[in-house]
Amino acid sequence: MNDLKLAWRNIWRHTRRSILTMMAIGFASLLLVFMLSFQFGSYESMIDASVKLSTGHLQVQAAGYNEKPEMRKVVPNPGVVMDILSRTPGIEAFTARSQTFVLASSEDRTRGIMVMGVNPETEKGVLSIATLIREGEYLSPRAPNTVIIGTLLARRLKIGVGRELTILGQSRNGSIAATVVTVGGIFKTGIDEVDRSTVQMLLSDFDALFAMDGAVHAIVATARELLQVGEVKKALQNDPGLKDLAVLDWVDLSPGLKQSIQLDLVSGIIMYLILIIVVAFSIMNTFLMAVFERTREFGVMMAIGTTPRRLVKVMLMESMFMTGMGLLFGMLAGAALTQYFAQVGIPMGGAADLMAQYGISGRIFPRLSWATLLIGPAMIGVVTFLTALVPALRIPGLKPADAMKAV
Amino acid sequence: MNAVTVSDVSKIYTQGDVKVMALNKVSLKVDAGEFVAIAGPSGSGKTTLLNLIGGLDSPDTGHISVNGKAFEKMSSGDLAELRLTQIGFVFQSYNLIPVFTAEENVEYILQLQGVGKKERKQRARAMLDDVGLEGKYDRKPSQLSGGQQQRVAVARSLVSNPTIILADEPTANLDSVNGESLLQTMREMNEKHNVTFIFSTHDAMVMEASKRLITMKDGAIAGDQVK
Repeated sequence: MNDLKLAWRNIWRHTRRSILTMMAIGFASLLLVFMLSFQFGSYESMIDASVKLSTGHLQVQAAGYNEKPEMRKVVPNPGVVMDILSRTPGIEAFTARSQTFVLASSEDRTRGIMVMGVNPETEKGVLSIATLIREGEYLSPRAPNTVIIGTLLARRLKIGVGRELTILGQSRNGSIAATVVTVGGIFKTGIDEVDRSTVQMLLSDFDALFAMDGAVHAIVATARELLQVGEVKKALQNDPGLKDLAVLDWVDLSPGLKQSIQLDLVSGIIMYLILIIVVAFSIMNTFLMAVFERTREFGVMMAIGTTPRRLVKVMLMESMFMTGMGLLFGMLAGAALTQYFAQVGIPMGGAADLMAQYGISGRIFPRLSWATLLIGPAMIGVVTFLTALVPALRIPGLKPADAMKAV
Repeated sequence: MNAVTVSDVSKIYTQGDVKVMALNKVSLKVDAGEFVAIAGPSGSGKTTLLNLIGGLDSPDTGHISVNGKAFEKMSSGDLAELRLTQIGFVFQSYNLIPVFTAEENVEYILQLQGVGKKERKQRARAMLDDVGLEGKYDRKPSQLSGGQQQRVAVARSLVSNPTIILADEPTANLDSVNGESLLQTMREMNEKHNVTFIFSTHDAMVMEASKRLITMKDGAIAGDQVK
């Protein structure tokens, strides 16, 4: 017989009330585990979409290029950078890329656009534009002087596959760069900005046209896992071979994406706090009732020599038992539910079809991790413990004689 | 040395705007081994006096000491320790811990004293045997009759070998058979262990069985008769 036994048995004095309290804690934990996993899963989908369609997880660029892209800010020896990337653990694929703004003219119209030089072989491993060709074909080394253009741009220039496009710009050395290329394919990413203003050509054509002399503007890489990006970035930043270059991750490259994730996370946290407060009131009610109901008993126990401190300890043990069982139930059920949906995914409704076009799953897969499993329940645990402390701390203020008069 | 010394003790309770003089300059000495009944009508101050002697409440004026220890010099922790080691309580409505068995209720005091598991089990069972509850060790209070519960309460008050037992109307909720039996048990404990018993009571049977009868009226001692 000990205080643990006393606390345990006290819980079951009001079985229904205790079970309801534990279920309130359990369902709140379940919700938090699932919702946090869902949120992190959706962030991964958002990042995945951004990475697949534009930035990659990481880029190596000339210092200052990301802040102010200029033709002359180049990675002079891309082969060296790619050697380093090929032996860096965690890197899945990489490709070199150059880009600049030019004037593109069809027979009827002229538009300012971005022309991007890519290596079609390595580009496929990093970006998914190759899968988004709606008409014609993707770039091929066997078809030089061919470009692919976005659907909106094609419409604006009134141009189609097989038609010619004149490109006029400035080369790296400041001279005029001009050429005529053939439209080999038309792509649709669904991102209007890209579809309206992007032309892709072979990196070798870009190199010749803009006198790049073998230099490129960026080496774009993807990591095996999103969570590895930070680690890989650090490893690359510490590599002496890249000391004069900038290593940027998707956060640096798409700060807006990070901000929208943060905004969503904050609104989620506010909702979770409200949920936790509701649970806190539930457990406070249980413990206030317990203290009121057992005031007489506390008086008797103090009369026979139990110190108030010991009674507080027993009350807190009761709180911890109930909270612990509720949290355990919530974590197990939350993990099971999350794992189920992590396998089958949650359809995104109307957005699903759109996403699927771009090679991104139209379902959100909740992502269970130690963080999503523990953060919510830990918050509930701390709050319920503090909440239980409030009624428990009434005990030391009781006078045995007065307490024994309580009904 | 007196087991209990009460000197000029007064206690006033405030109920709303009304002040009630529960005890008015009460003085009393009880020697070790006495079997004392405090009688008087409701509101005469019996329970208040017992609560003050047990350190469950504090007097507004006056001094109380138990076994030579003056309460006014003691902290609430010291008083809890004194109650644990030297004073046993028996209450009118038993006041057992409902989630414990009879044996665990008795054992609990010994656990508070830090007695080892094996010894406290032995002592608890021996004490329950002494009060006539052999074989009822595992019964919860709800599974015992009122008389049996009160016997558990007596066993609980005696198991820690206190020098003084304070019993607040212990037979009030019992029928005459159970009341007489309990009284007999307490009398035996008094004689066997030389434990000082102080009762508050309305019960003529308890008054009859006592060796000293103190009568109270309006918060003061109206009579003190040694038999």
